[in-house]
Amino acid sequence: MRIGVVTFPGSLDDGDAARAAGLAGAEPVRLWHGDPELHGVDAVILPGGFSYGDALRCGAIARFAPVMESVADAARGGLPVLGICNGFQILCEAHLLPGALTRNQHLHFRNRDQHLRVDATGTAWTNEFTAGQEILIPVKNGEGCFVADARTLDELEAEGRIVARYINGNPNGSQRDIAAITNEAGNVVGIMPHPEHAVEALTGPSLDGLGFFTSVLRHLAGAAGGQLTGGAHR
Amino acid sequence: MSRVVVDVMLKPEILDPQGQAVANALPRLGVSSVASVRIGRRIEIEFDGEPDLDTAREIADKLLANPVIEDFSISVEEPAVEAA
Repeated sequence: MRIGVVTFPGSLDDGDAARAAGLAGAEPVRLWHGDPELHGVDAVILPGGFSYGDALRCGAIARFAPVMESVADAARGGLPVLGICNGFQILCEAHLLPGALTRNQHLHFRNRDQHLRVDATGTAWTNEFTAGQEILIPVKNGEGCFVADARTLDELEAEGRIVARYINGNPNGSQRDIAAITNEAGNVVGIMPHPEHAVEALTGPSLDGLGFFTSVLRHLAGAAGGQLTGGAHR
Repeated sequence: MSRVVVDVMLKPEILDPQGQAVANALPRLGVSSVASVRIGRRIEIEFDGEPDLDTAREIADKLLANPVIEDFSISVEEPAVEAA
């Protein structure tokens, strides 16, 4: 399975994301923001960083990068897409996910190991977790406060689309402690903390991040075998 | 040349921690009469010819403002009188 990782000008975690995909057993494929070609990848990761210097708003310019039109079309067709941190911001700006990510309520950049509870395990990126599983992965953001109107938040709750929540402390004031959400089909997931930084004992606080990358391989294997999982092709 | 000004503001219901930080600093200036501060963004767009409000609106709606959290308003700035 080939997992594409997009590099935008200002991306920082594209290398780690590609490495995590490789450790999970996928073949990482580096994609370039200016190239609309997805090179036949089976899934795409939009990595963390500061695409286009966060000019205007985080993710606002990246949304119009040539590669994003292809990613958005493919995502609507069921391609698994994971946006991490800045990638989550880009997915919201591209309207592939609802809501928006705003300045941390306390205005401080937060960089720490963060406990999460995984609540939605039907997505393409979380099917290897068990519902309610608690994991520990790094968080590092200045604009990670998820906001949406009450109706959207209620919908996300009712449809089981809140993928993960912060526990043992909310690092940014995110509404309803939201750390990760998914689209209706479950193929697009945005997460503010960084699973790609928790895949090796040497550098991460745990190996809990690996589950996101092995999940998509399992999802793709299921799809290839005709057993659709996660409702991605609904 | 003509100039269109787009003002982008966070929607009233969205918390503005930057504005709050500024408001909290005002007593250090000896100012105690300010009830609240909210921070927005002013963008000036210059067109080659006549101001094109429809295009300005499209730019504002698609890029300059995020309608999930922000409102915008558009106005034409009258040019300072210079040589014709």
